[in-house]
Amino acid sequence: MSEAAYVQSLNLVVGGLLLTAVLMLWWRELRAIVRLLVAQGVLLAGLAGILAIQEGDSQLYGVAAGVLLLKGIALPAVLRRVLRDGREATESEPLVNAASSLLAAAFLILFAYAVSRPLVALAPSPATRALPVGLSMVFLGFFLMISRRRAVSQVVGFLLMDNGIAATAFLAAAGVPLIVELGVSLDLFLIVLVLQVLTARMRLKFGGTDLDDLRQLRDS
Amino acid sequence: MTDHGVTIGSVAAALLQLVLLAAGAPYLIGMMRQVRARLEGRVGAGIGQPWRDLRKQLRKEPMRPDGTSWVFAGAPRVLLASTVLVAVVAPLLSTVSPLAGAADIFAVVSLLLLGTVALAVAGVDTGTAFGGMGASRAMTVAALAEPTILLAGFALSSRVGSSNLADIVAGTLVMPATVLSPASLLAAVAFAVVVVAETGRLPVDNPATHLELTMIHEAMVLEYAGPDLALVELAAGMRLTVLLGLGASLFLPWGIATSAAPLSLLGAAAVLVAKVAALGAILAAFEVFVAKWRLFRVPELLAGSFLFGLLAVSASFFLA
Repeated sequence: MSEAAYVQSLNLVVGGLLLTAVLMLWWRELRAIVRLLVAQGVLLAGLAGILAIQEGDSQLYGVAAGVLLLKGIALPAVLRRVLRDGREATESEPLVNAASSLLAAAFLILFAYAVSRPLVALAPSPATRALPVGLSMVFLGFFLMISRRRAVSQVVGFLLMDNGIAATAFLAAAGVPLIVELGVSLDLFLIVLVLQVLTARMRLKFGGTDLDDLRQLRDS
Repeated sequence: MTDHGVTIGSVAAALLQLVLLAAGAPYLIGMMRQVRARLEGRVGAGIGQPWRDLRKQLRKEPMRPDGTSWVFAGAPRVLLASTVLVAVVAPLLSTVSPLAGAADIFAVVSLLLLGTVALAVAGVDTGTAFGGMGASRAMTVAALAEPTILLAGFALSSRVGSSNLADIVAGTLVMPATVLSPASLLAAVAFAVVVVAETGRLPVDNPATHLELTMIHEAMVLEYAGPDLALVELAAGMRLTVLLGLGASLFLPWGIATSAAPLSLLGAAAVLVAKVAALGAILAAFEVFVAKWRLFRVPELLAGSFLFGLLAVSASFFLA
């Protein structure tokens, strides 16, 4: 791949990642948000693939395939199952309204650009210049987790944060070794499964997954 | 070609562009209504209907409500004049323009805003409830939309180092790869939302509504009749055409003439008509599938497009 094509496709994929992260904050419909997660997983796999072609690293192809399977297919499928079994309203019930969360997102993205400047200055290249996007995904995921009421949207926030960490790793160091990536992915899968079971239990016990209702501890 | 010849050619280009926009705007409106009608299973009135309406209204006796002042009478003229000026200076047909200095993105945005403000003041001048309501809503939408259009402009102008629209279009023509850059794509989304908000299309405003309580643009012009109404409608149509054309030349600049040669101008005119018609058809088809949003959700839409504009600016600075 020529240098110009590499930079262009890298920028496009990174722009797409940022776009899906912002849309997750904007949209309310949880099914649409899960579709965004699928798109984000595919884009992340694409990012790994582009880096693999550029670096000529065969391990990275494996990582790309793994990312596609896990984040593009498996995790969204689990979330979709939770939503289908839920029979609750499928809106995400944010604690802050959409306009303010979008403005907060703008602030967080600028903050990510500001804090990553020293990191970019260490080794300026097209990939590291896109590093702020990974960091803003982490921040946006964190913001999504603290500003949403429903358990499923908090899981989405968690996954967005993890996608951000993965994107940062790809952009900063052309990916982590395959074995580490495998371990992290397995962990992530287990966490989401545990959260799914927890959500199901919550719904069984309380009839809903509004985390604001969990205020006090009780015996029995 | 001599310097003199270039000037005559570029004046001809600007005039051709003005005639094309003024004559084509009602057809664009008619075409969009027709697309919508067909998609909704109606026959539709034909694409010539807006022109027939304009002709009918222009022939009528001028009538103004009692108690209105020169503000009310002047607003349609200010609106039309500012729109005509934008239609002349915008680099839609060719990047050489006799008024290139005025084709600055800030000047164009403020000219468009001047028309909006004139109409809003006229709406207040009538003293009716609906006029004032429409004016306050239009100002709310405009106040939220203007920062976004400026940000989108910033994102595009930082690439070529100039806020002149002709320079931006010429710069994009030289480097076609930048069309697919994240900055350009995000700015395109932000610009599209702003066009929808500024021209009063769904989901911000319903151009076909007859319910005064939900109107924005229509509520402001409720008291106009006859030739005044014709001016307002022609200007509104031209605004939509100019903004669609501007979107086409900023984000899909292929086919724009870089010289004032007659053949390339004719080719550019054909391409412009095709691009604007395609964009209008897409907008009309999109409108079939959305309902008008509550007024209180409109700031959310515009906050979203503001964020896209901001992302476009940051992407143009940091990514490329």
